[in-house]
Amino acid sequence: MTVAVLAVQGAFEEHKKMLLGLGAKVIELRKAEDLKKDFNRLVLPGGESTVQGKLLRELGMFESLQKRIEEGMPVLATCAGLILLAKEISNDAGRCFQTLPVTVKRNAYGRQLGSFFYEGEIKGIGQYPMEFIRAPYIEKADEEVSVLAEVKGNIVAVQYKNQLAMSFHPELTEDTRIHEQFLSMID
Amino acid sequence: MSKQYELNKELAQMLKGGVIMDVTTPEQAEIAQNAGACAVMALERIPADIRAAGGVSRMSDPKMIRGIQEAVSIPVMAKCRIGHFVEAQILEAIEIDYIDESEVLSPADDVYHIDKTQFKVPFVCGAKDLGEALRRINEGASMIRTKGEPGTGDVVQAVRHMRMMNSAIARISSMREDELFNEAKELCVPYELVKYVHDNNRLPVVNFAAGGVATPADAALMMQLGAEGVFVGSGIFKSGNPAKRADAIVKAVTNYQDSALIADLSADLGEAMVGINEDEIELLMAERGK
Repeated sequence: MTVAVLAVQGAFEEHKKMLLGLGAKVIELRKAEDLKKDFNRLVLPGGESTVQGKLLRELGMFESLQKRIEEGMPVLATCAGLILLAKEISNDAGRCFQTLPVTVKRNAYGRQLGSFFYEGEIKGIGQYPMEFIRAPYIEKADEEVSVLAEVKGNIVAVQYKNQLAMSFHPELTEDTRIHEQFLSMID
Repeated sequence: MSKQYELNKELAQMLKGGVIMDVTTPEQAEIAQNAGACAVMALERIPADIRAAGGVSRMSDPKMIRGIQEAVSIPVMAKCRIGHFVEAQILEAIEIDYIDESEVLSPADDVYHIDKTQFKVPFVCGAKDLGEALRRINEGASMIRTKGEPGTGDVVQAVRHMRMMNSAIARISSMREDELFNEAKELCVPYELVKYVHDNNRLPVVNFAAGGVATPADAALMMQLGAEGVFVGSGIFKSGNPAKRADAIVKAVTNYQDSALIADLSADLGEAMVGINEDEIELLMAERGK
């Protein structure tokens, strides 16, 4: 199994480290040529979604990745990654893959002073440490989207078919359960 | 260590692989964001102009900073003077995302830096060697950048600082454990920080390059030397075509090892900032705050 981690900007090293620790093979996606490598999983890491979205398009990776997500390749998306997947963004004109039928709000908790830590329940996983950093949350999810976690009344983790997406950062914790679940998803 | 400090270090992790650009107006901030900046540094005058104008240089007008906060959705940073904790309190009050306690402004205190542990907002500080970096971290900085020599368009000092930092980290990693106590004494930092560097072969926080970066090649050079991202100050808005240059520097940072791509990115950028050589300048900002 080979996981491709989008490595155009952001905290991709942290995902790589965690996945390597779980025995997965990992490659980085920095430009169109990298898409020729063989991989069957995708990670969209935290970072700045405006930067990542722009570079995905301008470095020639957008269409191919969007097609593969639509075709069912398992995706793990954290924070900025959730924004890249979202169908709608309530407070921003930018759109990226639009493969996840939810409406997200960017910087939903405000600026860095609004960043926080929360230990809460994730469906199918249990109590989990969640780091919210200038994080988005999901304002609205279509019926077929399964809500995995809510914090303070807002949806912060969902699964929709092959797409596992959350507002927080499992890659910044020592807890590998979300990455394990991602690796066990069926292609 | 407080949870807030952890969250602040983690915000710096999210900025990695990105370019932070100096901007002086909301219009410039939008150009920077559209070009792919992962954050902007709001300041009244870019370092090259601070250098040209001389005199005392202070924190920017909060109104001007607010204007930039409203113009963009990416994180906004701003500078306060070294040791000026009231300027830092003001920046915290307007909910800045990151404070740069910066040698680019005139120092307000020639002995003490700000006790950054007293703040909820994160701080980035400049350092020209490992000792300075660890002292700033001990004071509560959650991100480090090289000092370089701002406002010159001359990358030599940023290169020197990054190499000094890396060679000191490599030296400490290869030390016997019983040598770390003396190293802590030499660097004037707590043993625990030296031990962290020894065990992890890196700084405990994210380390960016800053000072004198003017071209995509400069940015890629700093990345190949081990920077985790790049600050570009005067290099963008002092050049002929800021939007194009900013865009090229962002892509060069992402693909810093792809020389064919950087060759394309470096073509037709228009005039680079004029630049001053390090031996032609009278004021070495890097010597401020040790």
